[in-house]
Amino acid sequence: MFPVVRQHPVRGSLSLLAVLVLLTLLPAAAGAQVDTFEFDTPEQQERFRQLSDELRCPMCQNTNLSGSTGGVAADLRREVHRMIVDGWTDAEIEQFMFERYGDFIFYRPRLRAETILLWFGPLLFLIIGGLVAYSIWRKAGAVEESTTVLDEKQQERLQALLDKDS
Amino acid sequence: MQRLKFFIPVIAFIALAVLLWRGLYLDTTELPSMLIDKPMPAFALTTVDGRPVSNEDLPDEMFLLNVWGSYCLPCLVEHPTFMRLSEEGEIPVVGVNYRDRQNLAVEWLEDNGDPFAFSILDESGRFGIDLGVYGAPETYLVDADGVIRYRHVSVLDEVVWEEEFLPAIAELQTEY
Repeated sequence: MFPVVRQHPVRGSLSLLAVLVLLTLLPAAAGAQVDTFEFDTPEQQERFRQLSDELRCPMCQNTNLSGSTGGVAADLRREVHRMIVDGWTDAEIEQFMFERYGDFIFYRPRLRAETILLWFGPLLFLIIGGLVAYSIWRKAGAVEESTTVLDEKQQERLQALLDKDS
Repeated sequence: MQRLKFFIPVIAFIALAVLLWRGLYLDTTELPSMLIDKPMPAFALTTVDGRPVSNEDLPDEMFLLNVWGSYCLPCLVEHPTFMRLSEEGEIPVVGVNYRDRQNLAVEWLEDNGDPFAFSILDESGRFGIDLGVYGAPETYLVDADGVIRYRHVSVLDEVVWEEEFLPAIAELQTEY
């Protein structure tokens, strides 16, 4: 007979949860594509890594150049490598990409008229929310402070009502 | 005034709902081209059949520039439309054979028919980068001055031709 291993149902789902949590912690770089590019200096290599992490693959919806298996991403990595070795600055490389693929290519889009809402939209909503919260808070305060003065007749009536209840 | 204040959250809610509802149906896979109203990028390459070719060989009239590859199944779907357009002489079509192999491209044209005035061979995809191509098929409408006026991403069938390209062409023709 084989020994029967009984697993506590809650413990089992907890360990599954633990595995799932660990999976989400795996570094994104684990999916990086391996190219055999050669660089003159480690600094160039570091720039290549940074650029291909921050440029987005135009064909894929949410993958950077370094993580994409797409054809155009491979071509663009090759171009980035060539431009770095040829002595282009990061700004020049980014301009090259922008002229061909637009704002989509950047994970951190440039600050332009077309992207201003993207950059400051959240701040705008925060301000609106803050103003609403402030006006509610102020109103609540105003209610608390107000003291209604009753004249003699009203006071008598109030007392009568209170007495009736008790 | 008090009434208006009451309706502000309702109006804000409706505005946000409309915005998000629209967002659900946006096709984010179709990127706007950066080359609209820009001249065709310069190129000096060869055709699929080995002839040298450059910007000077482009048609002097309005034409379509179709990015295709032998590996690309949607290209096969739109192929009959390009065959018809070229056979009926409606508009010249120039091909860009994108990230393909020359022998496979020649074979594909022999098997399926060749609607192109010529096909620019772009094995490395480098010319595709200058065009802002991110995958075949893509089709550009280029005017008589060699300026790119319109881009369609993915299959160009008869419906797309009638609903997108014919109006775009008609609009361009009123400019001249």
